[in-house]
Amino acid sequence: MTAFAKFMSGAALGLALSVTGLPGYAETPANMLVIANRIDDITTLDPAESFEFAGSDVSRNIYGKLINFDPLNLDAGYQPDLAESWDVSEDGRTITFTMRDGVKFHSGNPVTAEDAEFSLRRAVILNKTPAFILTQFGFSPENVEQTIRAEGNKLIITTDKRYATSFVLNCLTATIGGIVDKKLVMENEVDGDLGNTWLKTNAAGSGAYSLVSWKPNESVTLKSNPDFYLGAPAMERVIVRHILESATQRLLLERGDIDIARNLNPEDVAGVLEEDGIKISAELKGRLMYASLGQQNPDLAKPQVRQAIKYLIDYEGMQDSFLKGQYTIHQNFLPLTYLGSVEENPFSLNVEKAKALLAEAGVDGLELTAGVREAQERLEIAQSLQNTFAQAGIKLNLTVGTGKQILGMYRARELDVYIGAWGPDYPDPQTNAGTFAYNPDNSKEAGLTGLLAWRNSWDTAGLTEKVDAAVIENDREKRAQMYHEIQAEFRETSPFAIMFQKIEQSALRDNVTNFSTGQAITAASYWQVTK
Amino acid sequence: MSLAEQNTKERRPALLPRWLKRPAYMLGSIAITMLGLLFVTFLIGRVMPIDPVLSIVGERASPETYQKVFEDLGLDKPLLVQFGYYLWDVLHGDFGVSLLTAHPVSEDIGRVFPATLELATLGTLMGVLLGVPLGVIAAVRRDSWIDQIARVVALVGYSMPIFWLGLMGLLVFYGILGWVGGPGRVGIFYADVVPPVTGMILIDSILDGNWEVFRDALSHIVLPASLLGYYSLAYISRMTRSFMLEQLSAEYITTARVKGMSERAVIWRHAFRNIRVQLITVIALSYANLLEGSVLTEIIFAWPGIGSYITNALLSADMSAVLGGTVVIGLIFIILNVGSDLLYRFLDPRAK
Amino acid sequence: MSDTQTGLREWLLTDTPHSRLQARLSALYHGWLSFRSNSLAMFGLSILVFLLLMAAFAPLIAPHDPFTQDLGNRLKPLGTESHLLGTDSLGRDILSRLIYGSRITLYIVTLVALIAPLAGLLVGTIAGYAGGWIDVALMRITDIFLAFPRLVLALAFVAALGAGIENAVLAISLTAWPPYARIARAETLTIRNSDFISAVRLQGAGPVRIITKHIWPLCISSLIVRVTLDMAGIILAAAGLGFLGLGAQPPSPEWGAMISEGRRFILDHWWVATVPGLAIFTVSLAFNLLGDGLRDVLDPKDSK
Repeated sequence: MTAFAKFMSGAALGLALSVTGLPGYAETPANMLVIANRIDDITTLDPAESFEFAGSDVSRNIYGKLINFDPLNLDAGYQPDLAESWDVSEDGRTITFTMRDGVKFHSGNPVTAEDAEFSLRRAVILNKTPAFILTQFGFSPENVEQTIRAEGNKLIITTDKRYATSFVLNCLTATIGGIVDKKLVMENEVDGDLGNTWLKTNAAGSGAYSLVSWKPNESVTLKSNPDFYLGAPAMERVIVRHILESATQRLLLERGDIDIARNLNPEDVAGVLEEDGIKISAELKGRLMYASLGQQNPDLAKPQVRQAIKYLIDYEGMQDSFLKGQYTIHQNFLPLTYLGSVEENPFSLNVEKAKALLAEAGVDGLELTAGVREAQERLEIAQSLQNTFAQAGIKLNLTVGTGKQILGMYRARELDVYIGAWGPDYPDPQTNAGTFAYNPDNSKEAGLTGLLAWRNSWDTAGLTEKVDAAVIENDREKRAQMYHEIQAEFRETSPFAIMFQKIEQSALRDNVTNFSTGQAITAASYWQVTK
Repeated sequence: MSLAEQNTKERRPALLPRWLKRPAYMLGSIAITMLGLLFVTFLIGRVMPIDPVLSIVGERASPETYQKVFEDLGLDKPLLVQFGYYLWDVLHGDFGVSLLTAHPVSEDIGRVFPATLELATLGTLMGVLLGVPLGVIAAVRRDSWIDQIARVVALVGYSMPIFWLGLMGLLVFYGILGWVGGPGRVGIFYADVVPPVTGMILIDSILDGNWEVFRDALSHIVLPASLLGYYSLAYISRMTRSFMLEQLSAEYITTARVKGMSERAVIWRHAFRNIRVQLITVIALSYANLLEGSVLTEIIFAWPGIGSYITNALLSADMSAVLGGTVVIGLIFIILNVGSDLLYRFLDPRAK
Repeated sequence: MSDTQTGLREWLLTDTPHSRLQARLSALYHGWLSFRSNSLAMFGLSILVFLLLMAAFAPLIAPHDPFTQDLGNRLKPLGTESHLLGTDSLGRDILSRLIYGSRITLYIVTLVALIAPLAGLLVGTIAGYAGGWIDVALMRITDIFLAFPRLVLALAFVAALGAGIENAVLAISLTAWPPYARIARAETLTIRNSDFISAVRLQGAGPVRIITKHIWPLCISSLIVRVTLDMAGIILAAAGLGFLGLGAQPPSPEWGAMISEGRRFILDHWWVATVPGLAIFTVSLAFNLLGDGLRDVLDPKDSK
């Protein structure tokens, strides 16, 4: 037993020594940027397929696009990137891009018009989830040979009809517009998949960073591209580490193990502000939080009931408590900073008015089922709605599940109420107008499951045509005016109670400057960051 | 429990030569259990109200994209046919590709399993090194204060919500005191530094001779491993105590004492020797439980192990990943069971 | 009064019982006496009695409605006036939620403690009594469920049926029955070939009658000990499911779900997650203490 005891104490001592020797405060190396973020939504890195937030961040830093946003001047709108300039034809259907000279992929291959042609055609042919961003212009696997083609150092694309040029160009700034290295990708093609399998976990771009590794649910590591055409980035290595919990991100940040924490909740933001050496940067994002009413429920289809519900939401109470600093009241489907967005938010909690409206509709003792995804802020919003609805005699039962489960029910029109979020797909008003206020066929058989209006069985009461008209209007002012009108009508009559717009608060160590999560229009970029 | 049950198994008429019977029976039952395990998992995946196609294409895909993936996954075929295809692939060593990670499932498991293995092994080691002596002492000094303390320590271990204790531990030892490394397996700068050989960072860093990484990895693993170790200590110490009590009250111990043998010799050379075999079964069981992936511990400590891998996959209907993970865990469970069973037969003269 | 008490006591402690009833009650009383001398077990028992009372009289004890929100009064610390244990993220009174939550905990434990052992008993005794291929088949199924990662099985089940208390109960039962089946089968195997069963069989009793009337009663006591020891595990499993959001649904004050809600504030408002955690710990410790004491009384192997 003594020998055993000796062994034990030896082991304990060894453990104690090795553990207590740790430094109290670490600092990340000067040329390295370490970010804590939730990256479990990355399921592919192929720009023709990638569609989630964290994936867009990675893509934006690896792949150059024909046109792109300058992270230091996002308000300026799209700027030349791999395309140096572009011309629009008389009829507005053909856009000719002139490629920038002397840009190289990470592999060393030059970036040519042929690569751009390949990338866009490939996205259309593969027809993965985000493909609709391109195919809405009439591109199809059958016609890409004619509609997307390279000529010398020019790329020419032809749409099926005239669209607002800004609409087309905005769509090309989405992740799917990333230009891939044709030669490298085709070397890795398997069974005619255009390199999709390979590109899911590898990269072939020309952007500021190249991919070192992606470990699902663990980390993404990027290395700077010394030949980047805008100059080598200051941060030579960027590590994005998957940290689920806000509290954990905060601890890591406070201890100096990371430079940026991207998912702190309001309480932790308030907490880190008391620490020295940490600052908060807030950016308005495009994501909207809304509650919608399924019109297949006859009670909810009554206009007074739709109105009443909009008066049964404690917008201010939520904004000032558990959503503090991270959501701002916004009751229109176009996020602020988008062309045509408006700042009118007429609704506030008014139980008496709601009761009167319900009485007018002859509705009493309504019992509804709401679907909510298992995510804390949504659960809290849902419970707050439950509370305020009850004050007007509406019983709200919550069905909570994983995102996929609830989405399945929503798409099958099985929910009375859906409480959730919507983020724009590309920085053009059409992205939201085309889903909230657009539904060409409301029949169940049509199965337009991608459209929010359809999911709520709402025929949009004539807004569909107005959305169609706005998307081809080339006069910017006029177009904005058209969206103002659509939203004014939508706000009052639609079965959507849009509640909040997201503000992303990133907590950074003091020495980090120029970091941007891309605001409402694009993803995060790292090449402009210094520290 | 499984042993008692195995031993009471009836005799069956001889179909095979005697020396082949036992292994054949064993292999057969393992195969059937595995098959059943796979089928149940497969069924769960199909019953689940999560649309695997939706998991892949996301909510904004066009109907054509949706249909294409639906057919790619073979979901248009009858259930049994799908299961048949799956089995065929598994028998050829192909577990499919995970939807969530876009990596082959076998590759994913090769990455996440060593993490769990490392944690569970260290946890069990702690449990054994502390639990066995504690149990023995508690039995020898029955009803003394040390026995009472051992009892309370064990019962507290049984009663603790481990996810809560993990949160608190992280808060105190990492957040406030800064004694241990935070969540994850190593600090960010130490990630990918040592070449992965076994996938277990503690061992890989020793192989590489990189003591800095070793120290960092140790500082990260010590808290979650202690938690699991505590849990396993509670179980092992209670079982050890009860086994020892049984032995100490036996005739032969009294005889040995009467013969004037020293108390130490009586305890360690006789009584303890005789509970070795039972202990091994208990330890194997406790090890198997930790290896199942302590999902909650893994979640709290951001530990990329097999438990959280399967859980994530399950909640997204990523059935290839769930099935692959279940096969691995099921196999380990069975191997540990059979292994301790064999050891039992080998070491215990009475079982022969 | 005291006379009848001593009289009763003597009657119970007699060495020469006059009736079967007296013998049984006497055995129980002896058990109770030895149990009572175990102070830890008594401590556990008193906690559980307290819990029962708390659950029964929740509306009378709770200072507030557990669902009433007050967004202006959220995350108040311990000891705030009229909110002894503070308030949660939506400004609800934590003490009241804790008190109402005890009902959910008891509900879950009771249901699982009924379902799992009964299912195990059924499978185990049938397998043990029938033998042959039925035994092999049933035991294979038991093995399959044993080899399954437990939490994963429960998760899968809940994910398949949808989250909710009833489904959580079923899921936990589903993972908990195999050990009971094995115990019941082992007991059955030893009882099956005993003389008295042969005697009953000769009298013409069918298998159903033999199993239900003669085998089940003999299996029960070992199952009860096991169930009591498993209670804590059941509570923890339920809390774990609640923690993962798959147990009771909001706004239900289930303790595991309360921890899950509170863990976001762990750094600045630690009590929101700590208080329900302590509650879970206390109750499962109480069950463990009780089970440990019961085992000493009922299981002769461990007590001299």
